[in-house]
Amino acid sequence: MEITVTVNGTEHTADVEPRTLLVDFIRTNLALTGTHIGCDTTACGVCTVLLDGTPVKSCTVFAVQANGKSITTVEGLKQNGELAPIQAAFKEEHGLQCGFCTPAMMLVGSKLIEENPSPTDDEVRWAISGNLCRCTGYINIVKSIQRAGELTKAGSDA
Amino acid sequence: MTTTADHRSPQTTPEVGGIGHSVKRHEDDRFIQGAGNYIDDIVLPGMLHMALVRSPWAHATINSIDSSAAEAIDGVLAVVTGELLAEYNLAWMPTMSGDTQAVLATDKVRFQGQEVAAVIATDPYIAKDGADAVVVDYDPLPVITSPLQGLESDAPIIRTDKEDKTDNVAYEWSSGDTDLTADAFAKADRVVTLETHYPRSHPSPLETCGIVADINPVTGQADLYMTSQAPHAHRTVFALVAGLPEHKIRVISPDIGGGFGNKVPVYPGYVVATAASLVIGKPVKWVETRYENLISTGFARDYHMKGELAVTNDGKILGLKVDLLSDQGAFYSDAQPTNFPAGLVGIVTGSYDYPAAQVSAKGVYTNKAPGGIAYRCSFRVTEASYLIERLVQNAAYELEMDPAEFRAKNFIQPDQFPYESPTGFVYDSGDYETAMRLAMEMVGYEELRAEQAKAREEGRLIGIGMASFTEVVGAGPSEEFDILGLKMTDSAELRVHPTGKAILKLSVRSQGQGHETTFAQIVAEELGIPAGDVKVIEGDTDNTPYGLGTYASRSTPTAGAATSMVSRKLAEKGKDIAAHLLEASVDDIEFASGTYSVKGSPESSVTIQDAVFAAYTNPPPGLEGGFEGVSYYDPPNMTYPFGTYIVVVEVDEGTGQWKVDRMIAVDDCGVRINPMIVDGQIHGGLTEGFAMSNMQWITFDEHGNCIGAHLDNYMIPTAWETPRFELGETVTPSPHHPIGAKGVGESATVGSPAAYVNAVVDALQHRGVTNIDMPVLPDRVWQALQESKA
Repeated sequence: MEITVTVNGTEHTADVEPRTLLVDFIRTNLALTGTHIGCDTTACGVCTVLLDGTPVKSCTVFAVQANGKSITTVEGLKQNGELAPIQAAFKEEHGLQCGFCTPAMMLVGSKLIEENPSPTDDEVRWAISGNLCRCTGYINIVKSIQRAGELTKAGSDA
Repeated sequence: MTTTADHRSPQTTPEVGGIGHSVKRHEDDRFIQGAGNYIDDIVLPGMLHMALVRSPWAHATINSIDSSAAEAIDGVLAVVTGELLAEYNLAWMPTMSGDTQAVLATDKVRFQGQEVAAVIATDPYIAKDGADAVVVDYDPLPVITSPLQGLESDAPIIRTDKEDKTDNVAYEWSSGDTDLTADAFAKADRVVTLETHYPRSHPSPLETCGIVADINPVTGQADLYMTSQAPHAHRTVFALVAGLPEHKIRVISPDIGGGFGNKVPVYPGYVVATAASLVIGKPVKWVETRYENLISTGFARDYHMKGELAVTNDGKILGLKVDLLSDQGAFYSDAQPTNFPAGLVGIVTGSYDYPAAQVSAKGVYTNKAPGGIAYRCSFRVTEASYLIERLVQNAAYELEMDPAEFRAKNFIQPDQFPYESPTGFVYDSGDYETAMRLAMEMVGYEELRAEQAKAREEGRLIGIGMASFTEVVGAGPSEEFDILGLKMTDSAELRVHPTGKAILKLSVRSQGQGHETTFAQIVAEELGIPAGDVKVIEGDTDNTPYGLGTYASRSTPTAGAATSMVSRKLAEKGKDIAAHLLEASVDDIEFASGTYSVKGSPESSVTIQDAVFAAYTNPPPGLEGGFEGVSYYDPPNMTYPFGTYIVVVEVDEGTGQWKVDRMIAVDDCGVRINPMIVDGQIHGGLTEGFAMSNMQWITFDEHGNCIGAHLDNYMIPTAWETPRFELGETVTPSPHHPIGAKGVGESATVGSPAAYVNAVVDALQHRGVTNIDMPVLPDRVWQALQESKA
């Protein structure tokens, strides 16, 4: 089936098998390997991307379901060659160790602070509760997302 | 605090970023931009894909394998079976414990999920279609799902492949002194006993295991991209197993998405993909699904433990007896040192001073996946620490003493180090009571006990659990430690380029621990070259010196020490150059903080960068060119990190649910190289300890069906359940490590499970509850409360 999807602002048209998972389309057809695969059962969340701005687990979405839609992956976070606040904050607050869950965590975090730039500890934890991390114990991920909110506010106030 | 100013305040400027600075991680830049390079990101021209056919039965004879329907699928190139591998003598492979393991089953399957056949195809989806189309005819056999069952006289024999094998015993081992222990028990006022099961768990890193095997049919060069925590050891194993010449094998371990011990063993899928690439002449990729990861690769723990503590009525420990029954699964494949079949479980005597102990362990084959890997732990130290810390807590209850005071009365004292334990470990350094008192102060222990008493009167169940653990990590001295004969030394190679920028190549392999930053900081500390000017390379056997890899908290104790030693070698070489540049005698040259100066006239000096530049542009006559070196480090002893963890829980009597209110962790891992990274390691370990005590559990029904092979029934804590942690530290340097560091990656996983479980038991002990097995599920708590009422 032919689909047209806009990924990180660039339109792609491709012929895919109906059974192709969105995550495989992103990783294989578009060679955007920052989106990872951890379980293929929607449990771990490392494949999370933004589909028309909403976080989805791309291992349980077919590529054809994204036809006509817009997707943001980790590769689309940088703006004008600058790290996004969420990226800078993850480094600053030691919000990652092995890095495997990080792209998904940053996408979910960026969506959260877009809606709520000053989330509480519980609000962040609830927002990322669909995304597993085995390394950090989440403490510094929570701090990173809160810090990104501060950076974003500071940026828009400036 | 047991620390001195020397060990706490950084000796270098933040710009240099040596020991003690929380330098932001060098590796983060690629990860936050989605530019990590993990195994599944490797794509080679002409690459094929592999999928495995796995057994639905736990124990069954294989009658036939019909691959015709699979072979008929467009895009399927080959179906590999054990019979085919047997032609190349590859149907079986050695394990890290000197046992054998089936690569693809030939005679029978021995656990659910065992590898039976492999399908090679042009596309991963087609490979899976092919695997679904392979028809295997089985005859089920009786199943063994526990070691006790395996020891019964009429138990079916699992390892019929071993000639003359008449039982299911994998190994037997003992340590300590039986006579001394018998004496101690004869003198005891009472004996405190605990029988408990440390359940089967799984590291389950978010990235599963995988390989891209690329054997060039023209040159015979084998490039093996693998999720490998031990790339050099794996290269040697591949040379031995597959008969490939070792100089033509290059193991490349790209970025690893978490390891925790899961990526130490060599798995059948690696061998099959390599064989397939060899036969077909094209690269072959295999990456596990999560189901495959959980059902077939390295499980951890599964120890049935009985501990007996001989004590006096006034609270002194006299001796310890431990009996362990280990569920090994179908193949004995613990990845651990040859001389220690039950790992380092002899550390079970813990942080306490008493003269006598005996420990015996028996490993039993069962119809479960093999593994026995050291899941974020130094070879069974987790099991050991759990048992002694649970026993000590229960002994205090029995003697009606406060568990903290009972511990304090029995701790090994600071002036007793080096301390030889009854099982022969020589503890390097420690100050256990100081760490415990700090944790008690942080949590407000006395007030909490009062609050607990008040809560009990109100009918609320509050529990305070403690663990004062000691680990043994950093294997290890070559006299005692090898894996498959390979001595457990590790190495570092350092080259400083003319402009003063350096490249450090290590034998170990980070899986998220931040080696690219931490090890650069060691160079910064030793040579004064800024950490930001040091590139760290790992995970490529063609481009790094030999060593046994990263697990058992051994990278800092071994390769970290090697990094110091090679830096010091180069610092010495720099003295010759500085003497030449400063026109002074080499005996008069001093080196500190990256500067060479002439004794007595500090204004006469050159920087390390000047000396390095001169090594390439203006070397003293007769001096060998370049500025590089290599060091192999054979540690004189293991290191012994320790600490005290205190957990406060509230238990809901109606549902059996328990919630962590506080979690205090005081760690002493010796000198901390990067405090930010150390704290991150502890956060992660405390979470995995919580996971094991609260929810993670791989179990089996009576047919050997694995329950826990998906993330919807193998529960991993999310941010929502994970407790908040409060960290504290003491610093007691290791006296034998060049920079006094001990290793920290696993302390929290080792020490914390007992603290969590002790907290729940503490909430219920006044009702007569002395044990609840992990995972401490609400139904188990509720059940224990009902039984205590009866």
